Amino acid sequence: MSSQTLTVNPASAQKPSLESMLRGKFGQRAIQYLVLSAIAIICLYPMWWTLVVSLSTTGNVYEFPPPLLPKGASIDNYAEVFKTINVMTFFKNSLAITILTLIGTIVVSSLAAYPLARMRFPGRNLVFSAILATMILPSEVNFLVNFITVSKLHLTDSYLGVALPNIVTAVNIFIMKVAFEQVPGDLIDAARVDGASEMQIFWKIMMPLALPALGAITILTTVTAWNQYIWPAIVMQSPDNFPLSVGVLYLSGAFSFKTRVVAAGAILTILPILIVFIFTQRYFLRGFDGAVK
Amino acid sequence: MKRKSTSVQSTVQAYLFLAPALILLAVFSFWPVGYGTYLSFTKYNLISAPEWVGLDNYRELFDDELFLNSLKNSLLYLLCVPIIQVLSIALAVLVNNNLKGIKLFRAAYYVPVVTSVSVIGLMWNFMYNDEGILNSVLQALHMINEPIGFLSDDRIALFSVMFVTIWRGLGWYMVMYLAGLQAIPQDVYEAATLDGANGWQKFWKITVPLLMPTILLCSVLSTLAALKAFEEVQIMTQGGPSESTYTALFYAYQFGIKSLDFGRGLAASTIVALVCMALAWVNFRYLQPRQK
Repeated sequence: MSSQTLTVNPASAQKPSLESMLRGKFGQRAIQYLVLSAIAIICLYPMWWTLVVSLSTTGNVYEFPPPLLPKGASIDNYAEVFKTINVMTFFKNSLAITILTLIGTIVVSSLAAYPLARMRFPGRNLVFSAILATMILPSEVNFLVNFITVSKLHLTDSYLGVALPNIVTAVNIFIMKVAFEQVPGDLIDAARVDGASEMQIFWKIMMPLALPALGAITILTTVTAWNQYIWPAIVMQSPDNFPLSVGVLYLSGAFSFKTRVVAAGAILTILPILIVFIFTQRYFLRGFDGAVK
Repeated sequence: MKRKSTSVQSTVQAYLFLAPALILLAVFSFWPVGYGTYLSFTKYNLISAPEWVGLDNYRELFDDELFLNSLKNSLLYLLCVPIIQVLSIALAVLVNNNLKGIKLFRAAYYVPVVTSVSVIGLMWNFMYNDEGILNSVLQALHMINEPIGFLSDDRIALFSVMFVTIWRGLGWYMVMYLAGLQAIPQDVYEAATLDGANGWQKFWKITVPLLMPTILLCSVLSTLAALKAFEEVQIMTQGGPSESTYTALFYAYQFGIKSLDFGRGLAASTIVALVCMALAWVNFRYLQPRQK
């Protein structure tokens, strides 16, 4: 904080009262920052506490007041996570599930969005309404039948079984449709005159121009696929196939008395996605512009 | 004749583009609704063929204290909806400001949204512990003598889980409202200022009405989210203590996936689906901005 703004010239006739200071522009700012910081602490404190505990090696875990920085900082707890559970396998599983879901989502939603945005055909409105209607029913309601379907298809305990039901979401198709609608019509007409097929138009004109939207669904899908918990927990039966989000609870179930180790496992689970978030946060924070309007 | 053939051809093409999405939707979104409803009238355990039992599953559900309690908890969970709405609108107004570093705050508020629910459940188990930070602070302030069993007291546990649901959703709704706020043209506010409106009047007469489409969307989405809440329960309390945190979908999961009683589980989730649709309808009916 700069001291200049706080200094009150003693020679001036009177000191501003606390009330008038709070009414002033400076005071308003100060209150705003105070409120903003208080909320930030509520949002971030659980993560910070977990990080501190995971890096500490001495003292009571639930010491009060809790230390703001780790005591006896070391990565011993992390080493123990690696010894206790197969972190690298879980990591590989998370990665495989995420990549599979991501590729499927990009391909399937952009293919579906193209005719909805740019072609006239009978049943177009019906198809679009049907896609939007899936937003009303929570996918959790479908879990039981989807579990039956996945077991009948012999996809339990497989990456594909986790990924398949998550590939089509109305939101992603919607985002791509809005992006395709914004491509100038002249461009497409010119390509058609030159004899380009629909597939060529889609691949050579639409996709490159929709890169920002593709970026947005890439990030959204990556985060969702990495973080999902209940569906992979249902589909995956052998612990060797668990993604990190499920594996970390396995750790906590088996070693609940080792709070520091569990905390380290939690940090390892969220670290990759937090790094992705830090570099791409503007995509999240811009809001779902298209979807809201 | 030629025109007709091209239009048939382009229709075929359109559906070829749509085919992968439609097939996946049919299998994983529409089939579950139909087949699930059918199975809810049967006894089915995944091994032997489904056996038609009519309304038996539903009758059993409504005779089952546990289910009635789960349904009550799911409806109680709807308390989250107005709380999330009010808090996230306030938060959006607060961060829709050109303060220095405001983007950092927005990002901070969004961190819980990108965190896996399993890790969030773990972290809040730490926070809610008898010796955890919440109890320690309350004790240090002499507000309580004994630690509160946030997750072990059957009168409180459900509310503790609901708090976590609110905590982890707030940033997401904030961003939705932020987008809504930023779409409101500034000159409307300037005109109102010239007419002598104060901040409060501007909020109620301009911001809220113009935000109505977003309020409708968020209230539908948070209603559905509240009704489908059960991952938090599964991770933090497993339905306990003494089954006080069962929600309707947790019940469906327990009977369906855990006990392989799909008929009973699907009857429970069919009821949740019906409640979802009814409440979505109520939202549209009462929050839709009146057309002039």
